[in-house]
Amino acid sequence: MLGHLNLLLLIILLVSALWTVLTRSLIRSAIGLALTSAVLAVIIFRLGSPLAAVCELSVCAGLIPVLFVSTISLTHPRTQAEKLEHRRGRLKRFIFLPFVALGLGLFLSLMKLPLNIPSPLAQRVYDVREVIWNMRSLDLIGQVIIFLAGVFGVVILLKEIKSHE
Amino acid sequence: MNSALLPMFWPFCIFVLMILVIGFYCILVTYNLIRALIGVELLMKAATLLLILVGYITGQTALAQSLVITLIVVEVVVMVVAAGIILRIYSHTDSVDVRDLLKLKDKDKTNA
Amino acid sequence: MFSLLIFVPLFIVMLINMPFGGIRKSAYILAFLLALAQIVFTLLAFFTPLSPLSSGRQDILGNFFNFRIGVDNLTLVLLFCIGLTLLVTLLTGREVVVDQRQRFNFVNLLVIAMAGLNGIVLAQDIFTMYVFLEIAAVASYILISFQKGILALEAAFKYLILSAAASVLMLSAIALLVLVSGDTSFAIISQALRDGSGGFPVKLALGLFVCGFAIKGGIIPFHGWLPDAYTEAPAPVSIFLAGIVTKTLGLYTLIRVVTVLFGQAAYISQILLVMGILSVVFGAWMALTQNDFKRMLAYSSISQVGYIILGLACGPGWGLAGAILHILNHTVFKSLLFVNSAAVETKTGTRNMDQLAGLSDRMPVTSFTSIIASLSAAGVPPLAGFWSKLLIIIGLWQAGFKLVAVIAVLASIITLGYLLSIQRRVFWGKLGSELLNVKEAKGGIMISAVLLAAIAIGVGLAFPFIPAAMLNSLSSLLGG
Repeated sequence: MLGHLNLLLLIILLVSALWTVLTRSLIRSAIGLALTSAVLAVIIFRLGSPLAAVCELSVCAGLIPVLFVSTISLTHPRTQAEKLEHRRGRLKRFIFLPFVALGLGLFLSLMKLPLNIPSPLAQRVYDVREVIWNMRSLDLIGQVIIFLAGVFGVVILLKEIKSHE
Repeated sequence: MNSALLPMFWPFCIFVLMILVIGFYCILVTYNLIRALIGVELLMKAATLLLILVGYITGQTALAQSLVITLIVVEVVVMVVAAGIILRIYSHTDSVDVRDLLKLKDKDKTNA
Repeated sequence: MFSLLIFVPLFIVMLINMPFGGIRKSAYILAFLLALAQIVFTLLAFFTPLSPLSSGRQDILGNFFNFRIGVDNLTLVLLFCIGLTLLVTLLTGREVVVDQRQRFNFVNLLVIAMAGLNGIVLAQDIFTMYVFLEIAAVASYILISFQKGILALEAAFKYLILSAAASVLMLSAIALLVLVSGDTSFAIISQALRDGSGGFPVKLALGLFVCGFAIKGGIIPFHGWLPDAYTEAPAPVSIFLAGIVTKTLGLYTLIRVVTVLFGQAAYISQILLVMGILSVVFGAWMALTQNDFKRMLAYSSISQVGYIILGLACGPGWGLAGAILHILNHTVFKSLLFVNSAAVETKTGTRNMDQLAGLSDRMPVTSFTSIIASLSAAGVPPLAGFWSKLLIIIGLWQAGFKLVAVIAVLASIITLGYLLSIQRRVFWGKLGSELLNVKEAKGGIMISAVLLAAIAIGVGLAFPFIPAAMLNSLSSLLGG
């Protein structure tokens, strides 16, 4: 039904996601995110989507953690006293997460989803290049526009940040 | 649709839901702006996995892949803008802690 | 030719960023003409429904790039509102955003946001809608924070996190719909949902959509970000957000999904009714207690949006027609109130209503137009707001939600109460000594205030002459 390898990969994915949230250091958290993305990329590849897996691996496991690490290093680390105080409060807030997540998982695995999906629609199977270039060209135009918006965001938000300091 | 694959959906879905819960918990509980953003990233991971899974089960992997590729581009842009806002906030308050900027939260109370 | 509404803004953004000499200086003019062109184009398409303008088929760009967009009356109303709000935002921005470089960035972002909004309205595919939704959202985050005040940055970050969570809910719902139907286009999904009995995944998808769009539209109980964002954003951006952005991101999408994709399933009406009436009452109640001019307007927005949700809950017929009309009216009177708050803020330097009094002598136009807007918002005849609220309440009554209809009428009285309290505290009474040299706002702000007030009066007076068939056709949506 699921396959041992898939199950193993999903468990690694879950553990690395948990670690991402639970670890105290922000840098380690960013690395955990990269790890999560990398495992996700393998799962995506195994689910028959190699092109999306490559994008996930290069962008989400590569670019976004770099973005996070540079943001973290541009902001100011805490002093020792703050760290100590922070650690205590943090434990209290995050201690419940593993129990909540695993409890939910156990609860859901006992349940059964009432999946009664209507009759399968017979549809042509397309190639991914055909879909992305020919059938979803409005999405591509959307990508261009959102990219422009991102460029303006960088120009407006990050320019003069040095001189301000 | 390949109905032989349909039993795969629910086990995968459990993991997707668990990652969603981890992400939401992170956003709700943390005081750190950067960590809240990492929580959002985890949510996006769950959504990506769900889309790919659905594409695999229905035999529409081409569609799912093109959706996910677009999604990744959108995700990067949102993250870049969010990081920019965080750096701006940092340049004002020298902190990325929510408790240092709970200025808006009290606004309703002081006004009332 | 409606795909031009997406391509021309994109082209203009690219053009004004070209490194030619004077082109940067004409950015403002170009954006202004763009807004004007959209208004004219939409009006032409609305009043000449048989012309080639308004048919989606003869779309050269669409055929060239091989995509489909769809146009119905709801789309036209929204396109008109987008053009109008953009025009007003630009006019006000001219007075408020003085720095040349800031104004250039401001204009660019507005045009990008406009492309995004037009894309949402025209899209015939749920994922394409999502992509354009993110474009408009990203542009709004940057617009809120572009003057870099700390409160604005905080509001933008709050908005960003909540909106990203909403996007994830929406994406999960899209995935469930792909599971059921195998595609993302509206036509195929609605076909599949009509054929099938609508099992658990379909209901879950609808629930996720409602939650996601409620966050984006700031509907109670998901309104946390909205008052902060509206209050702390720069004055022209508040107009843009309140006038059109949240309406398109939250309400238009909700209407489209509920009526077209899910065919107005019966179980959704109850949820929408509860959310709508909560928004109407709680928003009005919160507005009563505010001291900040813009914050009061923000809560008033939540309350008015509640009426639109109530109209949607009634389903096709008078209720939905009223909801669509109320979108138009709300755009007009809420933009007008925010224009007035911008005028007061730029001239006196404060938004705190306790420090203001007796401005009606000094700012007669602002005072007069804000009375018009308030009366329209409260639903006083014969202004435009009265008619749309009337339609919504008739719709509620006919659908059998009589208690809700009564509460909605009563909430209108609270609306009148807090809006008159704005008049009393800001415009009436004795002029304070520190406000003696306040002058009336000039140029752009004045023009936009008069323009919007004229529309509010004009629509109200013309309404009884609109044929009933035309009103009914408002609520017959493409594929619905």
